[in-house]
Amino acid sequence: MTVNSIGEYPVLPRDVVDNFHGNIFVVLGWDKHMMISSPMAFPLPPDMPFGALVQEVMPAAFGPHPEWGEIDWATVEWTLDGEPFTPDMEKSLADNGIGHKSVIRLRTPGLDGIAGVGI
Amino acid sequence: MARMTLKERYHHMTRLGWQPTYQPMEKVYPQATYEGIKVRNWDDWEDPFRMTMEAYWKYQGEKERKLYAIMDSFAQNNGHLNLSDARYVNALKLFLQGVTPLEYQAHRGFARQARQFPGEGASVACHMQSLDELRHTQTQIHTLSHYNKYFDGFHDFTRWHDRVWYLSVPKSFFDDASTAGPFEFIVSVGFSFEFVLTNLLFVPFMSGAAYNGDMSTVTFGFSAQSDESRHMTLGLQAVKFMLEQHEDNVPIVQQWIDKWLWRGYRVLSLVAAMQDYMLPESPMSWKEAWEIYFEENGGALFQDLERYGIRMPDYAPICAAEKDHLSHQVWGILYNHTAAAAFHTWVPDERKMDWLSAKYPDTFDKYYRPRLEYWRELEQKGERYYSQTLPLICQTCQIPMGFTEVANGDPMQVAYRSTEYNGDRYHFCSDPCQAIFEREPEKFVHAWLPPQQIFQGNCGGASLEDVLKWYNIQPGDNLDYAGSPDEQRWLEWKGLAAAREAAE
Repeated sequence: MTVNSIGEYPVLPRDVVDNFHGNIFVVLGWDKHMMISSPMAFPLPPDMPFGALVQEVMPAAFGPHPEWGEIDWATVEWTLDGEPFTPDMEKSLADNGIGHKSVIRLRTPGLDGIAGVGI
Repeated sequence: MARMTLKERYHHMTRLGWQPTYQPMEKVYPQATYEGIKVRNWDDWEDPFRMTMEAYWKYQGEKERKLYAIMDSFAQNNGHLNLSDARYVNALKLFLQGVTPLEYQAHRGFARQARQFPGEGASVACHMQSLDELRHTQTQIHTLSHYNKYFDGFHDFTRWHDRVWYLSVPKSFFDDASTAGPFEFIVSVGFSFEFVLTNLLFVPFMSGAAYNGDMSTVTFGFSAQSDESRHMTLGLQAVKFMLEQHEDNVPIVQQWIDKWLWRGYRVLSLVAAMQDYMLPESPMSWKEAWEIYFEENGGALFQDLERYGIRMPDYAPICAAEKDHLSHQVWGILYNHTAAAAFHTWVPDERKMDWLSAKYPDTFDKYYRPRLEYWRELEQKGERYYSQTLPLICQTCQIPMGFTEVANGDPMQVAYRSTEYNGDRYHFCSDPCQAIFEREPEKFVHAWLPPQQIFQGNCGGASLEDVLKWYNIQPGDNLDYAGSPDEQRWLEWKGLAAAREAAE
C-alpha cells in the first residue's frame, strides 16, 4: 500500500545507517525479565567484538537486575532478528551478521525473573 | 421589518454555501476528493446545532465568567492545599504537557476542515469546534497556571511537548492526523477520539480531579463538557454522512476507524498508567473504564453501525487481553525512565497496592506487586532503580516496547514485530501498529523517534545531562516523588515535615 496524498510524497527515512556517524543501531532484549521494562537500543561500532557487547554494553541495561550476575553464559539461547544464533565472542558485530537495527535477544533457561514469573 | 425565524437568521449569519463563479469548485476545495470519499450531496450534512456566532459568544462568555470566578477563588484560597496529596499534581503535569497542546492542534485541524469541506453544514460545525478547541487550550493553561506557582513540572510544557520522549506519543498521533486529508482527520479526531474514546480521557482526568479535591480542574472540565457533546455529535454525523453518501466509502472509513481507534488506544495507555497510579483517590480503574466505555458503549455503537457494513476492529481481543496489564506495563516504563521525564513516578504505598490488587485480582499480585516491592527494596537501600539506557520504541505509536504477548498467552514476554521497507528494518509493539505502518510506510519512515534522534546527535549531546538541558527539564522536574522538592514543600505546607523527620 502507499500513502494517499495531494501530490508527490517524498520518502525520507530518518534513521538510515548513514545518520549514525559510523555506528549501527542495535537492540538488546532479555526475554521474560520485565523489571527492565523494554528492550534497549544502542549506537555501536560494527567492528566491536561481540564479547565486548556482552561485557561492556549489556550490563548498562541489564546489570541492575538481581539475576544478571547468575547467568551461565554457556546455556544462554540467543536469537538474532528472530532466528536462533550462536555468536562468536571474538568476532565483530558485523562478522556475526549483526546489521543496522538488528535485534539480539537472549533467553536464560533456569532464570525465571523476580518471583519466578518473568519480572 | 418582520422578525426573522431562527433558520433564516442562521442562514444569513453563516452563508458559507455560495456557488463560486470565478473558479471551479474543485479548485476552491482542492482536498475534497483525493481521499476517495464520494459525496453525492453535501446538503445532506446539516449542522444540527444551528448556532449563530452571536449565540456562540454569548454562551461561551457566560461559561467563562463562571470558570474564571472559580479559578480566582481557588487561587485566593490556596486551593492546592486541599488536594488529597501532592502526587495527584503529576496527573495535571501529564495533562498540560500531553493533552493541552493537542487541543491547540485540534483548533488548527478543525480550522482547516472548515476551509476544506465544501458543505455549509460541515464547514460551520468545524468552525465552531475550531474555536472551542482554542478556548479549551486557553482555559486549561489558565487553570493550571496556578499550579505552576507551587509545583515543578509545569514551566515549559510547550517545549517538552515538542521534544521529550513520552510526549512524542501524543504529538506524533496528532501530527499523523493533521497531515491526513480532511475526511481522515475527522474520522481520527472527531469520531475515534472525541466520540468513541473521549470518556476514557475525560473520566480519569475530570472525575479524578473531583475525587482528589481539585475543584479548579473539575470546573474547566464542566466548562468544556457542553462543547464536547457538540463535538461528539459532529464526529458521529461525519462518519454516518460518509457511509450514507456512497457504498464505496465503507471500506475506506472502516480502514480509518481501525487505524485511529488503535492509535487512540495506544495514546490512552499513558492515561491508563496515570489513572491507576498517579491518582491517590481513583474513581475507577482503567480496566473498569475500558469495560464500560469501550466494550459496552463502543460495542453498542458498532452494533448500530453494522447496518452500514461497519464492524468492530478485529484487534478488539488484543485490547481485551491487555486490559489487565496495560496500566502496570506503562507505569513500569515511566518508572524506568523517570530520570528524563518532567513528572515524578513512585512505588505506590500499601493502601494503593491493595486497591490495585482488588481491581486487578488476576494479575496485580502475581506479576506487578513483586516488581514494585523489589523496586521499593532497592529504594530503601538508597539504590532507586533508574534505567541508564534508552529503550527501543515502536515506529508507529512511539511508546517504548513494553507491551507483551498477553493476547498470545505469554504476558511477561515483550512483543516484537518488525518489517522491512526499502532495505531497512522497522520495529513495532504490536500487529496493529505494524499494519498501520505497512499501509502507509512513507508516512512513518520519517518519524522523529527520540532515542534515534539522541544517538544521531540532534538533542544537545550524548549524556543524560546534555539531553535534559536541551529538554529544559530542570532539577526537581524529574526523578522519584520521594525526595523531590514537590514532596518537601507539600510536607511543610501540611505541617508533616517535622513528623516525618521524627519518625525517621
